[in-house]
Amino acid sequence: MLGEGILKGMAETARNFVGSYFSAERLTTVEYPEVRIAPIEAARVFPFLVYDGGDWEAGLRCVACQICEKECPPKCIFIEKSKDKKVDALGKPQFYPTRFDIDVSVCMSCQICVEVCPFEAIKMNNEFEMATDDRFGGLLLDRSQLAKSNEYYHQIHPTEAARVEVHLAQEKAKSDAKVKVAADAAVAKAAAPAPPVVKPVGEGV
Amino acid sequence: MFTTLDQIFIILRGWLVSFLPLCMRTAVGVLMSVVTIVLLFPALFALTTVFERKGLGRIQNRLGPNRVGPFGFLQPIADGIKSLTKEDIVPLSANAPVHFLAPIVLVVAVFMGFAVLPMGRNMVLVDMDAGLLFFFAMGASTELAVFMAGWSSRNKYSLLGAMRAVAQMISYEVVLLLSSVAVVMISGSLSLTKIVEAQNQYTWCLPHWYIFTPWGFAGFIMYAIAATAETNRSPFDLPEGESELVAGYHTEYSGFKFALFFLGEYLAMFSISGLGSTLFLGGWSAPFSFLTWVPSWIWFFSKLMLSIFVFIWMRGTLPRLRQDQLMNFAWKFVLPFTLLNLMVTALWRFMGDGWQRWVACSVILVVAYVVMASVSLSREHIKPRRYRYAE
Repeated sequence: MLGEGILKGMAETARNFVGSYFSAERLTTVEYPEVRIAPIEAARVFPFLVYDGGDWEAGLRCVACQICEKECPPKCIFIEKSKDKKVDALGKPQFYPTRFDIDVSVCMSCQICVEVCPFEAIKMNNEFEMATDDRFGGLLLDRSQLAKSNEYYHQIHPTEAARVEVHLAQEKAKSDAKVKVAADAAVAKAAAPAPPVVKPVGEGV
Repeated sequence: MFTTLDQIFIILRGWLVSFLPLCMRTAVGVLMSVVTIVLLFPALFALTTVFERKGLGRIQNRLGPNRVGPFGFLQPIADGIKSLTKEDIVPLSANAPVHFLAPIVLVVAVFMGFAVLPMGRNMVLVDMDAGLLFFFAMGASTELAVFMAGWSSRNKYSLLGAMRAVAQMISYEVVLLLSSVAVVMISGSLSLTKIVEAQNQYTWCLPHWYIFTPWGFAGFIMYAIAATAETNRSPFDLPEGESELVAGYHTEYSGFKFALFFLGEYLAMFSISGLGSTLFLGGWSAPFSFLTWVPSWIWFFSKLMLSIFVFIWMRGTLPRLRQDQLMNFAWKFVLPFTLLNLMVTALWRFMGDGWQRWVACSVILVVAYVVMASVSLSREHIKPRRYRYAE
């Protein structure tokens, strides 16, 4: 009959209206600044740079290969490569970024920089309260602001960080093995008898 | 004591006016009443907006605004400051004078309606013999304001909204008038104070409100439907339909002019609820004879706020209609049913006292409701649509 559905709907909303005052589980709202939901592990907001050890400048994993800069769809990353090299975590001399800026007002949180990084150097942060009253300077993050310790990474994304750790260990083992092979070869080369010196014919006749 | 409380505003006005010379007393007295109405209803509007937002929140299992002031009740002040400090933009190609006048015309026309509403015993600004007629004349001129706003904005959304508004308001204006005519037929007067007086009688302890008669109940339902459509409230909020028309006829309004439209919409809601309670719910009369000591204005405003609550409740429940559904409903069901209700009212009038007229009128109305609803709103002839080329 006409109007039946309306009455049914009105009864439903009346139940909500009254019920929301009596049962707290009906209300799904979390009153944000005072109450917070525990951060979700897979949450990603803006990228940050991972460093190992205590000194961020020395331990930065980034080798300034600029792949992320080239892959970034909105082009929010700006990298300046160093002229000199320093020893990285694997013991190899590598370039390092003298400038690494991310404009988070441009960043679209796509995580492509993380996907393409071969050195596990850039990861996604879950910090979202980035509001600032300086919309130009305040949203352009430089190296020192982007650098976060490996421990911090473990803290925010434990599962992913453990996987990365395994991968890095494998890489390290591989590189160590390679170094060892090279060293062995060098040693073997040194130990081998020197080829006989053939005197050139016709000297000092 | 109770009479004093009942007449407190009249007495207060008389006392204040008594300090003035004789020649100024009438003018200043009227001015004071006008100022009271002009201040009171916007204040009620501010209160209603926050109640509406909180109520809608609760209906959707949300909290609603609760940040500004205790329980969020100072929210309207924040909203007011916001709309006052906003830039007032007039589109370059808009018809500036009409664009400027539209919100003013709307608010003025809506305020005029309050002049004839009896808000308590002896509390009516102008006790007009044709008060009902005046009210509807003023109510109809809000359509002009709406169309002025939509047309002068030079915006397709505005114009579409205004076209919809005019189509809808004209369709439902007819129903609104016809459902009120039933009351006039029984009470024999167009004066709203006389209509209230006619309902202010009691049998045992129950009042003679028109809603407690078969024709009055049917009339009230039809009046409520038409009133909802007249004030562009959900589910009849097509003229503003924000999902398809941005904001309808007030798309191009910002700042305080937008606030005026908002105010006008709520004031129209108040005035039409006030008229509805005057016509069918006994206006300022008490619901039981043993409650007549409560001041009459308290009853009027409780009935008003109750109607507003139902408006909010409906808004929280019902989805928006489509334009064709709106028009079909108006012309195929509501209007014929209201016309039939007029016949039933005449029958009631001429059958005299007795139980027979209760049975006869009720049976006719119930049967008509069921039959009309199933016949005129039938969708059986509409088959599922097949797309020949898409198969």
